[in-house]
Amino acid sequence: MTTVEKAPPVSQREVGLLRRPRATTGFASWLTTVDHKKIGILYVCTALVFFVLGGVEALLIRLQLFGPNGTVLTAGQYNQMFTMHGTTMVFLVGMPIAIGLGNYFVPLQIGARDVAFPRINMFGYWVVLLGGIFMYSSFFLGGAPDGGWFGYTPLTSAPLDSGFLPGRGPDFWTMGLILLGVGSTTSAINFIVTCINMRCPGMSLLRMPVFTWMMLVIAFLTLFAIPPVTVALTMVFFDRNFGTLFFDPAAGGDPLLYQHLFWIFGHPEVYILILPGMGIVSETLPVFSRKPLFGYAIVVFSGIAIGFLGWGVWAHHMFVTGLGPVAISAFGLATMLIAIPTGVKIFNWLGTVWGGSVRLTTSMLFSLGFIAMFTIGGLSGVMHSVVPADTQQTDTYFVVAHFHYVLFGGLILALFAGFYYWYPKVFGRMLDERMGKLNFWTMFIGFNLTFAPMHFLGLWGQPRRTYRYDEGLGWETLNQLVTVGSFIIAFSVLVFIVNAVVSKSRGQVAGDDPWDGRTLEWSISSPPPEYNFAEVPEVHSRDDFWHRKYTEDDEGRLVPLPSGGAEAHAAAGHDGHGIHLPSPSYFPLVTALGLPILGYAAVFQNVWIALLGAVVLLYGIYAWAIEPAD
Amino acid sequence: MTKRSWRRRVLLPVVGILSLAVLVAGCGPDNSQNSLQPAGEEARKIDDLFMFVVVIAAFIGVFVVAGTVYAAIRFRARPGRDDRPKQTHGNTVLEVGWTLLPAVILAVVAVPTISLIFDLNEPKKPDAVEIIAVGKQWWWQFEYPAQDGEPRVITANELHVPVGREVFMKLRACDPSLPGECNVIHSFWVPELNGKRDVMPGRQNTLSFTAEKEGVYFGQCAEYCGLSHANMRFRVIVQSEDEYADWLASQREGPAVTLAEAGEAGNLFAAKYACTNCHTTEDSSLSVYGPNLTHLASRSVFASGYYKLTKANLVDWILNAPSMIPMESKECRLGLGVPGVTCVGMPSYVNDTPPGQPTMTRSEAVDIADYLLSLK
Repeated sequence: MTTVEKAPPVSQREVGLLRRPRATTGFASWLTTVDHKKIGILYVCTALVFFVLGGVEALLIRLQLFGPNGTVLTAGQYNQMFTMHGTTMVFLVGMPIAIGLGNYFVPLQIGARDVAFPRINMFGYWVVLLGGIFMYSSFFLGGAPDGGWFGYTPLTSAPLDSGFLPGRGPDFWTMGLILLGVGSTTSAINFIVTCINMRCPGMSLLRMPVFTWMMLVIAFLTLFAIPPVTVALTMVFFDRNFGTLFFDPAAGGDPLLYQHLFWIFGHPEVYILILPGMGIVSETLPVFSRKPLFGYAIVVFSGIAIGFLGWGVWAHHMFVTGLGPVAISAFGLATMLIAIPTGVKIFNWLGTVWGGSVRLTTSMLFSLGFIAMFTIGGLSGVMHSVVPADTQQTDTYFVVAHFHYVLFGGLILALFAGFYYWYPKVFGRMLDERMGKLNFWTMFIGFNLTFAPMHFLGLWGQPRRTYRYDEGLGWETLNQLVTVGSFIIAFSVLVFIVNAVVSKSRGQVAGDDPWDGRTLEWSISSPPPEYNFAEVPEVHSRDDFWHRKYTEDDEGRLVPLPSGGAEAHAAAGHDGHGIHLPSPSYFPLVTALGLPILGYAAVFQNVWIALLGAVVLLYGIYAWAIEPAD
Repeated sequence: MTKRSWRRRVLLPVVGILSLAVLVAGCGPDNSQNSLQPAGEEARKIDDLFMFVVVIAAFIGVFVVAGTVYAAIRFRARPGRDDRPKQTHGNTVLEVGWTLLPAVILAVVAVPTISLIFDLNEPKKPDAVEIIAVGKQWWWQFEYPAQDGEPRVITANELHVPVGREVFMKLRACDPSLPGECNVIHSFWVPELNGKRDVMPGRQNTLSFTAEKEGVYFGQCAEYCGLSHANMRFRVIVQSEDEYADWLASQREGPAVTLAEAGEAGNLFAAKYACTNCHTTEDSSLSVYGPNLTHLASRSVFASGYYKLTKANLVDWILNAPSMIPMESKECRLGLGVPGVTCVGMPSYVNDTPPGQPTMTRSEAVDIADYLLSLK
């Protein structure tokens, strides 16, 4: 350490094998970048690849269930598919896309030049990517996880030779999720510190855009939700491999303990997934209605309230485990309470659109679709809080319908609203609107065709996670409809991918502010310069950029301000020369590489792999710590 | 679009589709597994409460969805329309109103919810029939406890109960007859009779139901329990009190044909293929690893309750069970309790035969099937 301190500032000594990289373009720059915008793009693109993988798994599931006694997949393959579909969509799609969009736009929305910890940011991305690859490598190393995304014990925790779940799949699952938890935790800390410490002058908390607010809320949720599940997964791994008896009932262990630990993570996780979606539409609805968000404060506080209440409802996933009438009544009531802040948000979004000048762009269509579909998902959620009804519905296709209305109808539609809204900012070109409309309508129709019939299938007695159903149960027609719907969704995703690829080079040039936006990201060029803001902005109100462009007359109507005012000042020529930016680094990647190696060591219980992983990890941390600043 | 044509083109189809959906929801198939066609007291109470909530939810849902569509169309930007809308930032009265309104609606839902939770949790009635269900991979064992000096009855996959009387189920994953034998979590669910209740290893949950009509109702395991979870079905056969009593009495009897009387088939079953390692055909009060087969032929389904009990099915099953119900039973013939051997379910007698052990021929399987089908 002393040598570094003594090193002269000009000719710093490079430490280790990997010299501090300089490139800001080209392949290497993507490996070493610490630019939050590049990392954001990496997150979203990676998550979209996993979205396609998870989608393919879903399509295989639907092919298998097209008719009674399907033979497309074996029972074992089917169980791997639904386990990996759920795990992928939650951990490798929902969370990384939100983190990616947050990475790109939170600093821009609060007028910052980067996140608080740029190298940790990059480390978090590598952990998620490598964790995903680690988990998917199980397909080639003896079978993918097949214990469900929730991994209930003692099915998952029984020792290998019990025959409950043979193969290494469950070990890949526990280790993979622990790895992904490391990535999520670092991202969460980064978002919290960034939102609290890096806001530009004037950006008080109650002036923060709602999307950024929701990212702050989910960062707190993530920070506190990951530890219990990490504990639970570790216990499962120990039970399965090292002979501990945490969940072995014959030895006095308690399988129910696992469910408490998992759902005290799992329910906040649901809000970790949905709150960013709520944040996105709280940005798009005002912009495309040309009105401010109706009741900003109550929307923000509702989001926080949902975050808090989310900690008190975990046992509603366990209504049929025999907790007793008092406990389930309490959790039923707590679950109903969540409907209040959620309802408030929905009405406030409608109030935002009401009386506006609504531009039905693709982004707006997705946002409106979000309101409608999320409402349906919320209402079926209230049905689950009606505990007796839930005893019929839980673990049936009714639940599958419910949470896909929330997570697909809610989160995914909102994410697509975000993609169409922000793509021009990221790539400087517009996504094609005609393909966009096709994208929206096929997705909307396909989505409803896929998930609406599942409500009925569940009520008619079809359980979840079943690789086949017998003929004569009256489930055939609706299952066929569902399968057709799922392929319409697949087509829609294909349209989006084509649109995104084609528009990147051929789309209409966007300009800085294509939507007449309200928040700071629209005040800078598209794509933004590496340093984001030539001069750190100073804001004077909520939706500051909007108020640089418009004022209101006595009746509250919009009056454009003459151009050449404040916004021209912000865009004034500045080449960014002399702005200090953090330098790229290899060590986040090196450090992250150590983790999946340790994961393989744990799964295959090999000391030599463990040593290798430890060496890589420790070298990465050491070199990272003493890497010179520039 | 005039107001009238708008109504015809948008409103009518929407209302049509919605009412069709409600109609479909109301009926559903007569599949004996339909929670919307309750045939038990408990399921009926649940269905009534659910329908009450569905009506409220449908009302709110239509209101919000229609409101969204209406706002999008009504306020859409058009050429010539003022694109400088009034900048409303909020409205305290409205916002307080739509915070309180859901709270009131939820209170209306909460009261009957809580009262039904406690209603469904009432202690066992004195005249209730008590039955123990043990969840196994992947079938259900039902135990009718010893009573009035009569031995208990162990059966599988088919639950006989009397009509109109409360049935009190004790749900277990650890078989009390086989110490140390604990299974994974299963969930006992007969949609037309009551909601589901998990079978938790190390605990005993209970569930009661009162069937209103005689008939056959389908149940199915509802908690993912491994490879063949999908196949883990069972039936509840609701009978008159007399029929039920007759059935129970006949189950208490000894086997119609003893192993010794079965001759060569008995020898194949017990000695050559060691089926008696896991099954018994001699005593309906024994709980062993596999289903008790003493009165197998009195049942209508077998093999996890997924297949009809016919001779053809049974012969296929005896020869190669894992081809009908996927199981982790490749090593089962090496012996139970051998370290490192994974054995869940019934092995194949034509594939994976361990060295030194015989491979079954079809005529042997037919002999065994004939013997088993004589066990009325």
